Amino acid sequence: MHLFDVFHYQFIQRALLAGCFIGVLCSTLGVFLVLRRLSLIGDGLAHVTFGSIAVGLLLRVEPLYAAIPLVMLSSLGILRLVDKAKIYGDTAIGIVSSLGVATGIILVSVSGGFNVDLFSYLFGSILSISRAEVVTSVVLSLLVILLLALFYHDLVAIAFDEDCAKIAGIQTRRLNAILILLTALTVVLAMKVVGIMLVSALLILPASAALQVAGGFKRSLLMAAAFAVFSVVSGIWVSFLANVPTGGTIILVNFLIFLAALGWGAKSVVTRQAFQEGQAGRAAM
Amino acid sequence: MPMNVISVSNVSVRYQSAEVVSDVSFDVAVGDYLGVVGPNGSGKTTLIRALFGLIPCTKGTISLFGQRLNEFHEWHQIGYLPQKMVSFNPYFPATVREIVAMGLLGRKRFPKHMDRNDGAAIAKVLELLDIGKIKEARIGELSGGQLQRALLARAMVAEPQILVLDEPTTALDPEAREKFLAVLQELNRTSGVTVVLVTHDIMGIGRYASKLLYLDRKLIFHGGFDAFCASAEVTNYFGEFAQHVICHRH
Repeated sequence: MHLFDVFHYQFIQRALLAGCFIGVLCSTLGVFLVLRRLSLIGDGLAHVTFGSIAVGLLLRVEPLYAAIPLVMLSSLGILRLVDKAKIYGDTAIGIVSSLGVATGIILVSVSGGFNVDLFSYLFGSILSISRAEVVTSVVLSLLVILLLALFYHDLVAIAFDEDCAKIAGIQTRRLNAILILLTALTVVLAMKVVGIMLVSALLILPASAALQVAGGFKRSLLMAAAFAVFSVVSGIWVSFLANVPTGGTIILVNFLIFLAALGWGAKSVVTRQAFQEGQAGRAAM
Repeated sequence: MPMNVISVSNVSVRYQSAEVVSDVSFDVAVGDYLGVVGPNGSGKTTLIRALFGLIPCTKGTISLFGQRLNEFHEWHQIGYLPQKMVSFNPYFPATVREIVAMGLLGRKRFPKHMDRNDGAAIAKVLELLDIGKIKEARIGELSGGQLQRALLARAMVAEPQILVLDEPTTALDPEAREKFLAVLQELNRTSGVTVVLVTHDIMGIGRYASKLLYLDRKLIFHGGFDAFCASAEVTNYFGEFAQHVICHRH
């Protein structure tokens, strides 16, 4: 078999289509989350997704459809806790996420223990993604990307300086709710690609790598999306050839990209500083 | 009589059990240059944040351009430069131009996008503040003075009628500080922009401000600088010698 023959399989094509869309979604949203120091919200909501999947399996409802409303509600719960209980965001994430895991464990126990389905959600199973799941993933990804584009300027302003954004008349409370709801939706969609355990990595790693090397904000979003797409395509390809789990491979590729970006970013800073010092020196003469 | 652009009436602000601003009332008229001074912890920043609803008042009312704060929507009329950003991230991937463009969002409607006029407004303010050459630099690469001017450009780009600046010169060297204050004075004199400047520099503020507000949790003085030097309340607060030293320096 030729190395690139894997791309002729229909299940690989489905995985690539859904994976690339979800990768773009995670990475662009991830830039906003990382800059707002909300990276771990992905982890917290992934834990809630575990509980929601267990609810779906117990009630015999398609887990994806059970998880979407439950995780979105939980994300609003995190916002409400921060607002009303006067606690920090990481504490609220911790409370809601532990509630999700605890509920999941109890429901799994009540339903008679772990089964194969639950493991596929924990560790991802993009190669087994169905046509209906591909359509759902692509449509919802497009919806989230459209909303991000519509609120782009306001979201950037809030990420930079929330107080000044408020004074500029931006509805920061409403946009925070939108951002966190989009994150909830994204976490549920990404679960199929890399699994509940690694969802937050898909949000954090491409964004963090892009932030090491990109100049402006738009360039950061584009680079994060490019890194995510590259990691999904190469992760699926390598994992198929090497017969290793796809989700883990995608995240390892992302980590290697991050390491490379880290090295490249450090080199660029040194070059930029030398250039600026040279300019300052010439100006002083 | 000039119109009041800011009216503060019997405002108190409380943090948990401590009242940090107590029963403060004052007005700012259009074209005023108000210096807000007071010792550390006197409630200057709290008062400014309360002006814009960033902190709720426990008592009193605030009006901007004659409208109650909760009914006010013309935020593009106001430019604000905070003392320090609550969560300033030097690694934020934005260029000076992108940061300045954020100042234009207040006058845009959904869905917001930047057009050619915005580019011209940004270029104009960058030139005015002499930072056009660094428009494509990332904010993390700027010196303290350059960053402060970039943030001032963001506050000014929408050509607001009021500029509120909370200790804007703390990160600047004396030369940059003088240049910065000269720009403000020019804006106030030639364009009629109302300026509210929070500062520690009670000795220097009289050279620029037309009015002074001295705060120490409660209002100690509000009025012109000559009245400040003649005020019995100020004498009681500072003592005659200190009042003389402050006034003599001007």
